[in-house]
Amino acid sequence: MSTVVFAHHGMTPAERLRDAGWIAFVALILGVPLIGLTTVDVGGRLAVDTRFGLLAVAVVAAFAGRLALRWAIDSLRAHKQSKARQHTADTLSSRARTLSMVLGWMALGVSIALPIFFSDNRYVVDTATTVLIYVMLGWGLNVVVGLAGLLDLGYVAFYAVGAYSYALLSTQYGWGFWEALPVSGALAAMFGILLGYPILRLRGDYLAIVTLGFGEIIRVVLLNWTEFSGGPNGISSIPRPSFFGLEFTRSAPEGGHSFASFFGLEFSAMHRLIFLYYLILVLALLTHAFVSRLRKLPVGRAWEALREDEIACKAMGMNTTNIKLSAFAIGAMLGGFAGVFFAARQGFISPESFTFSESAIILAIVVLGGMGSQLGVVLAATLLVLIPEFGRNFAEYRMLLFGMAMVLIMIWKPGGLLSHREPTLRLRDPRAKAATTEGAQ
Amino acid sequence: MSTLLSVRDLTMRFGGLTAIDDLSLEVPAGKITGIIGPNGAGKTTLFNCLTGFYKPTVGTLRLAHPRRGELRLEKLPSHRVARDAQVVRTFQNIRLFPKMTVLENLIVAQHNVLQRASRFSLAGLFSLPGYRRAEREAVERARTWLERLRLTQFADDAAGALPYGTQRRIEIARALCVDPVLLCLDEPAAGLNPRESAELNELLLYLCDELGIAILLIEHDMSVVMNVSDHICVINYGRKIAEGTPDAVKNDPHVIKAYLGEDDEEGVMQAYDETEERAS
Amino acid sequence: MAYALQQLINGLTLGAMYGLIAIGYTMVYGIIGMINFAHGDIFMVSAFIAITAFTLLAAADVTSIPLALTFVLIVAIFFTSAYGWAVERTAYRPLRGSTRLAPLISAIGMSIFLQNAVQLTQGARVKPIPPVIEGGLELWSTPGFTVQIGWSQLLIIVTTVVLMIAFTWMITQTPFGRQQRACEQDRTMAGLLGVNVDRTISLTFMLGASLAAVAGVMVTVYYGVVDFFIGFLVGIKAFTAAVLGGIGSLPGAMLGGLLIGLIEAFWAAYLWAEYKDVATFGILCLVLILRPSGLLGRPEVEKV
Repeated sequence: MSTVVFAHHGMTPAERLRDAGWIAFVALILGVPLIGLTTVDVGGRLAVDTRFGLLAVAVVAAFAGRLALRWAIDSLRAHKQSKARQHTADTLSSRARTLSMVLGWMALGVSIALPIFFSDNRYVVDTATTVLIYVMLGWGLNVVVGLAGLLDLGYVAFYAVGAYSYALLSTQYGWGFWEALPVSGALAAMFGILLGYPILRLRGDYLAIVTLGFGEIIRVVLLNWTEFSGGPNGISSIPRPSFFGLEFTRSAPEGGHSFASFFGLEFSAMHRLIFLYYLILVLALLTHAFVSRLRKLPVGRAWEALREDEIACKAMGMNTTNIKLSAFAIGAMLGGFAGVFFAARQGFISPESFTFSESAIILAIVVLGGMGSQLGVVLAATLLVLIPEFGRNFAEYRMLLFGMAMVLIMIWKPGGLLSHREPTLRLRDPRAKAATTEGAQ
Repeated sequence: MSTLLSVRDLTMRFGGLTAIDDLSLEVPAGKITGIIGPNGAGKTTLFNCLTGFYKPTVGTLRLAHPRRGELRLEKLPSHRVARDAQVVRTFQNIRLFPKMTVLENLIVAQHNVLQRASRFSLAGLFSLPGYRRAEREAVERARTWLERLRLTQFADDAAGALPYGTQRRIEIARALCVDPVLLCLDEPAAGLNPRESAELNELLLYLCDELGIAILLIEHDMSVVMNVSDHICVINYGRKIAEGTPDAVKNDPHVIKAYLGEDDEEGVMQAYDETEERAS
Repeated sequence: MAYALQQLINGLTLGAMYGLIAIGYTMVYGIIGMINFAHGDIFMVSAFIAITAFTLLAAADVTSIPLALTFVLIVAIFFTSAYGWAVERTAYRPLRGSTRLAPLISAIGMSIFLQNAVQLTQGARVKPIPPVIEGGLELWSTPGFTVQIGWSQLLIIVTTVVLMIAFTWMITQTPFGRQQRACEQDRTMAGLLGVNVDRTISLTFMLGASLAAVAGVMVTVYYGVVDFFIGFLVGIKAFTAAVLGGIGSLPGAMLGGLLIGLIEAFWAAYLWAEYKDVATFGILCLVLILRPSGLLGRPEVEKV
């Protein structure tokens, strides 16, 4: 990556004040219609209410915030410039490698140990499970967007296909979780191929809008085809997965055991939650192993090559349609698996869980994480699930913060949080190379 | 001397514009055929027709493949031109996979062989011996070309970050990894310094003399075209205006006219002599 | 027959609004090549501004409808274009020249932000206002059915036509229009030739927002209800319209808007109303597959 370093001269205090004053003025204009004025319902009719005090606070906050932000950016930039001179690209890349190794193992350790430390905290285990669902979805979408470079705004459709497949198979035909899992995944993959085949010759943004449309079509059909999907009421009492045939029930079934009675434990609702947590952890880790391995195979390299230059791919004799389809199908399948787990965990699904904003969040996870970076997905998923959770204390602000965070992180790091790309194979041993360059210094 | 590729009555129109107009051309096996002509003469369009990126409006492109018999290139989609007919090209504006390393670029070029060995990724997923062997062989082949083109030291660097001349060499190395029968090079010497051009000459001669690869070469650098081509075809306004050995073409009045306009027959020879001196 | 004519009128009204919003998408896409995902929410903000302005006027006992409409339009255009400007300045400009996906994510973030900002400051409930313009013109009366064009519908269609003419004139005839088209074709070159690219892009966003503001006022007048979520679906349909007409083409955006409006109206009237969104998207997919450059877009020759 090349960075152009401009000679940076600091702003004078007067300039800073003028700059902040301008921002405050903009805040005033933007604030008048939304903060300064509002309409309230007075006996069935609307009346205008003024909140100029609040508006004044907002304007002052904008002024102070801009001053602080400018100052912070300037001092950070000066810091960065002095630091940037000390590192060559090579040591940076080897540092990024070690850093992601350490972070990866730490994340794994934390995720395995988490339920042990929080075995009686329902909230933490539940949130962690949600994070893992998003991690898994992120890894699935990473194949399509991050590796193959196909912009998919309707990924939630495959998630929905997986969830509804399991819900219907289990409630209508009495299938168990483990039988339904591969079938639902295959169904989702089939949907991926069916959708992908006609549209994959479209250019990036057109592809995005068609996938978005497809996602919405699936949702609207689920919403309205009541006989099939239960319509807006969704499908409830979906059976939960069992632990090798042992149910997580208070009382053991006749002539058998429940999970608690088999292990001689006292029944606790937490058992199921922790089991579900480990279940999604295993599914996610399998996904990770699968995707990481695929990336190092011809098909994975072909995906990345496709992202880089489709025409060159064709000139190398690669059938780009098949490569795109394989990315779409595998991404869809992984989304389907996540959907099956989601349905099994919630016990209830309805079209409301599969709106466009869900697709947007998953895409945001992939892009914020750094396209193609597996660890970045974990980081971004954790961040995006936790930001609204931290905001729970002032609940109404959480989505506001979420949107703001998306914008800010993108501006701060447009390439994503972890944008380092690790080659799929090397001619020389990387450690040997890092050692020689360090020795040379 | 057998004919490898025979272009018959090729015409390519875009709307009202005729980029190639009734062009016929024979490319002999195991020789270097140069294609020259002023900018906009239709040279790159010819390559695009050959390699399946454009469908010709009229005309046939017959390839006498040494193992697969006669193939009609105009009927094949672009990826099959490279895969089945083994006609491989480079691009005038280099098209590498910039974020991937040089080695990865060369491995991707062997995608079809590797993909077959990985049996739809299944053998690859479990890293079965058959696939491992194929991967080793692919790396070896890449290593051979990297060494041959003096690229070994860049093998693990991102291709897009390397200097222009190096990227040109990478693109040729990548094309060679596809195992071409006919190699189409679109201005391989553009942006190279005289020393690099001389190396390119040597490489082209090696490819065709030692490995028997036929080469179709679009080039403006006369020191390259005139020195290595066995046969040169001159195109202007989509038509062939002259054809023959380098010496014959150099002295052809049509060619001089196309390049320098009328009344300046001295000029082209002078320009050629200058480039000659620069190269030596 | 009478029923169909009525649907034609309804569809045209709807389509005019989609078209106005679609122009914002198409212009922004033309000049910086990104889907301005927050554009639908800009439209939503303008609808809220219109609600507030109408309520203020009602409180001030302004009864002249033309006066009220002019006032509301001016207010809405002013504030909404300020929002358009601010969105570009904060969320998109810092990302110009980075990867293709970064501004899209930033735009999605902005869209979520705007939705929630409005929800927080204006409340999550649906806001109804009493009808501003009532009555209409009876066009054709059959024993079973009366075809009527509402005054509000007439207003919407006429305003849209006038705006389109003004807009076409501006893009083709004025210096700004030339600069805008120059930036669209080659931003670097335009910059080198002395076009203030930043300012042109800002103005493009403000113009797009102004048209969305007009659409926002019209929606308020026509439906009389507004909530913070209307931006999403309308935005997507307008974008669909822009793509359908051929992205980057102004007449295309308008044509696409009208088509989407008509398709929606007729589909809802004759087939299944609940699947009208499916129809829109289904047709979008078909058009893109059969004619990827849209109806009026220039087909792109793949440059090798």
